[in-house]
Amino acid sequence: MADQEVKLLGVWASPFSKRVEIALKMKGISYEYVAQDLSNKSPELLKYNPIHKKVPVLVHNGKPICESLVILEYIDETWKSGPSILPKDPYARAMARFWAKFIDDKCFPSIWKIRKSQGEEEREKAIEEAKEQLAILENELKGKKFFSGDEIGLVDIAANFIALWVGVVQELVGVELLTKEKFPRLCEWSDDYLNSSIIKETLPAKDELLDRFRAMFQRTD
Amino acid sequence: MVSSGVQVLGTTFSPFVNRVRISLNLKSVNFELIEENLAAKSDLLLKSNPVHKKVPVLIHDGKCISESLVIVEYIDEKWSGDDGVSILPSDPYDRAVARFWAAYFDDKVVPVLFKLSFGPESERVALIEQLAEGLVPLEEAFMTCSKGKSYFGGDNIGYTDIALGSFIGWIKAIEKMSGIKVLAEAKTPGLVGWVNKFLSTDAAKKFVPELEVYVELLKKMQA
Repeated sequence: MADQEVKLLGVWASPFSKRVEIALKMKGISYEYVAQDLSNKSPELLKYNPIHKKVPVLVHNGKPICESLVILEYIDETWKSGPSILPKDPYARAMARFWAKFIDDKCFPSIWKIRKSQGEEEREKAIEEAKEQLAILENELKGKKFFSGDEIGLVDIAANFIALWVGVVQELVGVELLTKEKFPRLCEWSDDYLNSSIIKETLPAKDELLDRFRAMFQRTD
Repeated sequence: MVSSGVQVLGTTFSPFVNRVRISLNLKSVNFELIEENLAAKSDLLLKSNPVHKKVPVLIHDGKCISESLVIVEYIDEKWSGDDGVSILPSDPYDRAVARFWAAYFDDKVVPVLFKLSFGPESERVALIEQLAEGLVPLEEAFMTCSKGKSYFGGDNIGYTDIALGSFIGWIKAIEKMSGIKVLAEAKTPGLVGWVNKFLSTDAAKKFVPELEVYVELLKKMQA
């Protein structure tokens, strides 16, 4: 019943879009993927996400759900079989939500700021800020294999962009951010994460992503 | 009063803190509000929310939880029961919609409230318009979520009512100080009706300060 019609409006290079794909694959849910062109937004995207006009959008039996973290919780609550994305205990769930929000509200913007900054001083400031947040995450890993424990969960899925996209930004901009010396746990987590089967199957290869970003930013700069 | 061991670090005027107070009250959970001076943060606050150093923080069972909407969901899940009050709806799709609108409000509306209150006076006219525009999508959201009833949550206040309603005093204060209505009967009749209904609830009477409180606060902060 839950499986009737699942559609994902997404973008290949978007970490937010990829989060939803990871979750759908984890739960073994079959879905139709409809690639979007954000420079020329489809009527379908505008219909299903009139407020933000962004990806990802999950459409389940014709009803749209927007915002990647909202979608992840929806998937977890609707498809009860398969691995859980969130833990059962209310406190553990609160912690998962807290860290996923931290990644979106703090880490993502500060890393993106590095890419967008004009001039050395601004860039240095952005890098310092990003390093502070990565240090907080490094500490949170505290001897765990994944943020969620032994298995990948909500926070790991949310942190997909740290495992992959941060490396791409580093190469694009020519900065050192996530190094083994400064962030040994995060780097180890990243290796384990990127090598796990569902993540490997879902995320783009780093080189391809780097090429795509290079092309994207050449067009817009 | 027997304490159930629940403490809330916060202030009486922070809408974020009031989301938590309203939620605990709905669940009939006794709690102690430990008032914080945000200009001189206590060791307890810095220790219990080292990442953000902000209020609200819920301290329960020796554990600390921060971020108002994370706390509200915790309260809903921790104190749940078949005959109890539910804050979030039970249907997964309705829950997703509620979460979406609370996130929308925090991401799109609240920052404008902050800029209006603490930013340069020269930008205020443009910001008021931005605020009014930001509230317009919530009119349709209200119509959809309420399904003809009084609140976003239906017959009783729920997650979205709490997330948005806690900010009503502040929004009304901005309306009074600027002389411009952002929640106008003409454009957002449903929301105007909802505001009045919400303000008449026990929750609002207990935990949403009146606009005069915010007018005084804002005058002090803007001086």
